[in-house]
Amino acid sequence: MKPAPFDYRAPATLQEAIDLLAAEPEALLIAGGQSLMPVLAFRLASPSMLVDLRRVAGLGDIAIDGGGVLLGARVRWRDIDDDPRLQTAHPLLREAIAHVAHYQIRNRGTVGGSLAHADPAAELPGIAVTCDAEITLAGAAGARTLRAGEFFTGPLSTARRPDEIITELHLPLWPRNRRWAFQEFAQRQGDFALAGTALFYDEDQDGLVRNAHVGVIGACDRPQRLTEVETLLNGHAVGEGLFREAAEAAAQAVDPPDDLHANAAYRRGLVATLVARGLRASHIRGR
Amino acid sequence: MQVSFQLNGEPVEVDIEPRMHLADCLREMLRLTGTHLGCEHGACGACTVIVDGAAVRSCLILAVQAEGSSVVTVEGLSSEEALTPLQAAFRKHHALQCGFCTPGMLTTAHALLTEEPDADADRIRSALSGNLCRCTGYIPIVEAVLEARAAYRKSDKP
Repeated sequence: MKPAPFDYRAPATLQEAIDLLAAEPEALLIAGGQSLMPVLAFRLASPSMLVDLRRVAGLGDIAIDGGGVLLGARVRWRDIDDDPRLQTAHPLLREAIAHVAHYQIRNRGTVGGSLAHADPAAELPGIAVTCDAEITLAGAAGARTLRAGEFFTGPLSTARRPDEIITELHLPLWPRNRRWAFQEFAQRQGDFALAGTALFYDEDQDGLVRNAHVGVIGACDRPQRLTEVETLLNGHAVGEGLFREAAEAAAQAVDPPDDLHANAAYRRGLVATLVARGLRASHIRGR
Repeated sequence: MQVSFQLNGEPVEVDIEPRMHLADCLREMLRLTGTHLGCEHGACGACTVIVDGAAVRSCLILAVQAEGSSVVTVEGLSSEEALTPLQAAFRKHHALQCGFCTPGMLTTAHALLTEEPDADADRIRSALSGNLCRCTGYIPIVEAVLEARAAYRKSDKP
């Protein structure tokens, strides 16, 4: 359980970090290290160098304004917990992040690390995709911003180039009266979910669903929005009948993996149950 | 690579390979073997230490990343002579048997109660959920931490 040898650098600026990555193709970035350290321990990766972002200023801020919520790449799970503004600025984010990992890991694990690692069952990538968030990267060729739906390309795979560093995640403005829920099922608290869903919609004055967003984690090879389910919800009156129909459609829309923990049929059933629970919870909250 | 940090209130400096995690640095280089290594990949919580006030898994942080930090291990919780109220509560409630997980339980509970001396049983269970114990069944551990809260509330007052 010892990593293979590597060089270590902790540059003081983002530009120096990018230069190191560009000059050293086998280098990897580390920040909190809560996903990377086990990967190194198992020697699933053997980088020639680790470039630590701990000294780079300006990556650890949470900014909230009229455009939404900006999370710096080095914001930790506990920073999201500790920021009371997010209760109203992004309640879905807070609820989802409450399910991430264990106490000690929450003290070091970061936004950028979770996005870059891209576990299909991870909560933050699921929130990013569901909310149509944007991910900004800085690299040798300059900065670029990608929609979360384009960023995640498969299990543990993203559109990030080796010399690029995730600098921030931008979640669009969250209206106050939005209906929302986050539901997941894991075998133990803090474990990766066998499946989960993040969903929200706005309700018009006639009680009809508008702007439905339904995302799933752990049930596809990457976090994914279920557009069929969203179409089914939009323009219809909220109620148990609609929720059941949506849950059934969600189960059909996912393509879950078989693994040691659950087979595909079980995960499909889980998605239906969690989407139904989420829609009910979002409907009754605050009424 | 030269690394220096505060360890249990004293400055230390070690010359290590970058790949060495903090737990190995504490145990092998600094000879503080109270920090136990169970899984070495962040699953068991036995190696929990406190870095800059926050409980972290010392197998999931490189020693070089602790540069300039303040690190507290189980050895730093008490003096040689007396148990802390938290340790005394562990003894009273039989919150350990083989003792392998105990350093991680103590450091985690200490960090939690220092920040949240009013943590309820649910919060304590949640914070300790990343620490595995194969002896006790956890109930005595939660009881011990609940009892120790009183001491942390007092120490908050000047």
